[in-house]
Amino acid sequence: MADTTAAPPRFASVPAVREALAQQKYLADEGIAGVVFLAERLQKPVLVEGPAGTGKTELAKSVAAMTGARLIRLQCYEGLDESKALYEWNYKKQLLRIQADQALDRASTSWDELESDIFSEEFLLTRPLLEAIRADEPVVLLIDEVDRVEVETEALLLEVLSDYQVSVPELGTVAAHQIPLVFLTSNNTRELSEALKRRCLYLHVDYPDLEREKEIVLTKVEGVTDHLADQVARIVRSIRQLELKKAPSVSETLDWARTLVLLGIETIDAEQAKETLHILLKYQTDIAKAAKELSVESA
Amino acid sequence: MLDLLAGFIQELRRAGLPVSLTENLDAMEAVKHIPLEDREAFKFALGATLVKNSSHWKAFETVFEVYFSLRGRQFEIPSGDDAGALRDLEQQNGRAAGGSAMDSLTPEELAEMLYRALMDADDAVIRAVARQAVSRYAGMEPGRPVGGTYYLYRTLRQLDLDGVLERMMEAAREDAGGQLTELEERLEHDEFEIRIDKLKAEIEAEIRRRLVADRGVEAMARTLRKPLPEDVDFMHASREEMAQLKRALHPLTRKLAVRLARKRRHGRKGPLDFRSTIRRSLSTGGVPLEPRFKYPRPAKPEIFVVADISGSVAAFARFTLQLVYAISNQFSKVRAFVFIDGIDEVTPYFEGEEDITRAVHRVNTEADVVWVDGHSDYGHAFEVFWERWGNEIGPRTSVLLLGDARNNYHASQAWVVKEMQRRARHVHWLNPEPRSYWDTGDSIISEYASFCDGVYECRNLRQLERFVEVLA
Repeated sequence: MADTTAAPPRFASVPAVREALAQQKYLADEGIAGVVFLAERLQKPVLVEGPAGTGKTELAKSVAAMTGARLIRLQCYEGLDESKALYEWNYKKQLLRIQADQALDRASTSWDELESDIFSEEFLLTRPLLEAIRADEPVVLLIDEVDRVEVETEALLLEVLSDYQVSVPELGTVAAHQIPLVFLTSNNTRELSEALKRRCLYLHVDYPDLEREKEIVLTKVEGVTDHLADQVARIVRSIRQLELKKAPSVSETLDWARTLVLLGIETIDAEQAKETLHILLKYQTDIAKAAKELSVESA
Repeated sequence: MLDLLAGFIQELRRAGLPVSLTENLDAMEAVKHIPLEDREAFKFALGATLVKNSSHWKAFETVFEVYFSLRGRQFEIPSGDDAGALRDLEQQNGRAAGGSAMDSLTPEELAEMLYRALMDADDAVIRAVARQAVSRYAGMEPGRPVGGTYYLYRTLRQLDLDGVLERMMEAAREDAGGQLTELEERLEHDEFEIRIDKLKAEIEAEIRRRLVADRGVEAMARTLRKPLPEDVDFMHASREEMAQLKRALHPLTRKLAVRLARKRRHGRKGPLDFRSTIRRSLSTGGVPLEPRFKYPRPAKPEIFVVADISGSVAAFARFTLQLVYAISNQFSKVRAFVFIDGIDEVTPYFEGEEDITRAVHRVNTEADVVWVDGHSDYGHAFEVFWERWGNEIGPRTSVLLLGDARNNYHASQAWVVKEMQRRARHVHWLNPEPRSYWDTGDSIISEYASFCDGVYECRNLRQLERFVEVLA
């Protein structure tokens, strides 16, 4: 681990983290707050895994907002390479520089001078990873959907994650001025490499329990009554117990609650639930199944 | 503390969790930052550093409960609950809830109390009742070599939780003024079921605590050690493990599909595609700036699955069918046949059916697979297969035979497999039995094996996954 000057710890304790997150309207449970706290203390990245739409990305955003840090985001996709993740030389500018040199006075600069000139920081285009390392102010680095890159590309991340440094052959090693808080999110479409996992703290974010989901609905949806939030949370929990192609996520719960509020519904009955199910569920077979389960089978 | 952690990690490794040295060090570092009296935070700190796969979390939790329940106070990390539990153990029946000594309650009163606690979702009382129920009904004796499940079963039988659930539903109906709508009914039912599950978990935890006190941590950890979901044996899975397997299968198929699709796309570069390169060069004035390559397009194989669905191997066949169909877009065609002593094609059940579990269910109930007596007869099944579908096997077909090859001493008709091998690209046999059982009793696997391209032991998800990757 890099031994840069240790900043004073940002959080006093686990409950303090939880409270601060709650102020950002992010309701963390014990596990989430604990891992965020540890990540800051141990200066280790956090690998957040879980089903889609459970607030993995939101967590990183909330942590950034809570610490007043800048959020730098690297969205991963298939085919991401180091020129998009780490850094790239600004070829056009380098070319201009050489041409300008020739136009002015061809004998004035030697090749050595020119070379050291065009491979200086002025011609470096920083990409998210390098930017996070070089930042002077506190930053939160979010590496989103890391399971989308190929296994080979994962290796790009390792140096940054374990040593907080980036090696640029022409410039040398750039070490971090401050240790950024790093969050990696994964939808678990493939197994990440051991090397990556080993360097991270692991946090599995699952669907929230009834109480927490209700709280989330209450804080995030304006104008929702306590009674409605309770009903929403309970129906969603029942639906999640069915065997579905895609269980409703927290964000879909919120969308549903917002719809119900807009429609002016105070108490959900089976008919209304059935009519608005398509907001919660995205597959026709799932909708049919849930509608059947909710009204007919329990009778 | 270090010793304790080291022992804990040892046990995790024995339970099959891969814990590396760095992770070990991280855990030691992490607990320094956590106030030790906070048991939950302590658990999450260990979890975050040691467990890197969510399906392993349950195994971790079990080990954690065993390791840090009794040693708790000794090492000064008990939470309020556990301290209470320990005192409980020492005084055995000294615990009282709400001021009244529970010991003197009659069984009816206890049942009433349980019912009320569940109705009010009062966690503290539920826990107290769980404790009382265990000490009363489980009949635990020190040193008795019985598993925890036996005690659990005895306790639950006495509590009659189904009856309680029924009664709670009645009460809910009365509260609502006679009749609940169907939706409300369903919601209440789910809510009560979850509360009852909580009670069951409490009872289980209580039994475990007492067993640990009786037998010691190491012994207890050993008896509780369960295989991870991907290592559960198909043939001997309990009902709970079966459910676990089903849950594990879904994400697995998704992962497998993604991986196979990627493998296909990221093939090596092929030879230069001269025609395409020239065509491209027209836009750059005839200078071939960008060479084009012929990418190899591996042919998608055709799959014939022929599965034994009798008795004990049925579960295995079901998982394999489910897995093969979940990735069926990796194959040009999948056809499924099931047999016991008769054989039937079940491909139509899967076509136009999005829900694979339902299709599998239809296979099990509707397919016509019994010929004489409903005992496996591989010979006859193969013979009929060859007669009816044999000439549809072509050079691009891979045939998968699933079963334990326990033929009830019928004729093997191994010539069918030989003919299949001659005509098909590959013939694979997947056997859900451990290798050491092969060719014992009425198993005639080696008679068929001599005509197969590969015979694989396939007892758990991990092995099945590996095989499917070979196949595609």
